[in-house]
Amino acid sequence: MLDFSIIPGSGGQSPLSAHRGIMADLLQRIAERADPAAFRELYEVYGPRVKAYMIRKGADAGTAEDLAQETLLTVWRKASLYAGDKGSMTTWVFAIARNLRIDRLRREVPWQELPEGRLAEASGEPLPDEAMAEKERKQRVQAALAELPAEQRDVVSLAYIEGLSHSEIAERLDVPLGTVKSRMRIAYQKIRQALENLE
Amino acid sequence: MSITRHPDDSTLMSYAAGSLPGALAAVTAAHLSVCPRCHDEVAMMELLGGTLLSDLPGAAMGRPVPAAPEIEYAPPVGPIAAPAGEVPPPLARLIGHDLDALRWRWISRGLWLRWVPIAGGGKLHLFKGAPGVVVPEHGHHGSELTMVLRGTLADTTGEYGVGDVCDLDESVEHTPIAGAEGCVCVVAQDHSVRWRRLLVRLARPWHGM
Repeated sequence: MLDFSIIPGSGGQSPLSAHRGIMADLLQRIAERADPAAFRELYEVYGPRVKAYMIRKGADAGTAEDLAQETLLTVWRKASLYAGDKGSMTTWVFAIARNLRIDRLRREVPWQELPEGRLAEASGEPLPDEAMAEKERKQRVQAALAELPAEQRDVVSLAYIEGLSHSEIAERLDVPLGTVKSRMRIAYQKIRQALENLE
Repeated sequence: MSITRHPDDSTLMSYAAGSLPGALAAVTAAHLSVCPRCHDEVAMMELLGGTLLSDLPGAAMGRPVPAAPEIEYAPPVGPIAAPAGEVPPPLARLIGHDLDALRWRWISRGLWLRWVPIAGGGKLHLFKGAPGVVVPEHGHHGSELTMVLRGTLADTTGEYGVGDVCDLDESVEHTPIAGAEGCVCVVAQDHSVRWRRLLVRLARPWHGM
């Protein structure tokens, strides 16, 4: 598990960033000052995870590392688009890695837009998690995940990490498609609840 | 546009995970572009993705950290203009902005079809129904997502207006009927359609759907 508290913040932040989480602060340093030390931190924290994520979908070690590097260079280059949002740095890294994985490993059109492309279209209603610090939200999600029955946690992991469709999960687990969908639905409701209850 | 029917949470979750087949992802992307509710849900599902990613045991990196390249500063993305036409932007990339300019294939009385090539698995079609036209009863081996682009559509699961999505799995067979003004819909299936009556199955123009 990542401990974001080990990442040092930088002093003298603008008032805009003063209240944000530490990772958001890292993103801020990248976005506002192109701080090379921030890039190194980003790379050391996320590189191995993104590489592992690519390997799970069948990439060999070299390709996985190329894709991890490309993901983090994209985060670096596009940080200015994302800074200022209340969302999570981790979410941003995930979305970029996910799109690259779809594009390169499945040879597909990346349908998923990056979070910044959708921000302006959001409902304007605050997300239940919006007021929370990133670390706290992550802990809530992690706790909710840990409490899921194994059969629910498995379908979530197969979808997100192994990149399997509903039908592929049904085949892998030898259960009906409807069972896969209902397990995912229930898992999501629990995670959503964990975030809402924090308010 | 008042959207009341949404994709199932499990569909949105698969979309956020990046594991929805291409055709289903295209319809979901189209719906997300007009539906703030689902947009917010997917944002939360992506947060879950970030958490899962950061909990993965890392794979050791073989190369040193590269030098940070120059940043190209881009202006922040402003509010995205509401789509001017009736084709949501993710679909407009595939079929253009004008439904009336498309070449349709006549299927049967009051019913037209157009196949849309899509990468990443599944099949994508547009269909156009004249007022009151009935699409032959069918079921599916996998999932089917239908989004209304114009007019209305009704079946046993309810009535669907512009922007609404009908999300069915293999347990449901349905007989959609175009509303009083007809309809144009985009429909994605991850497996082939199972036509209920042999007669319908033999109706050649539907083959391949």
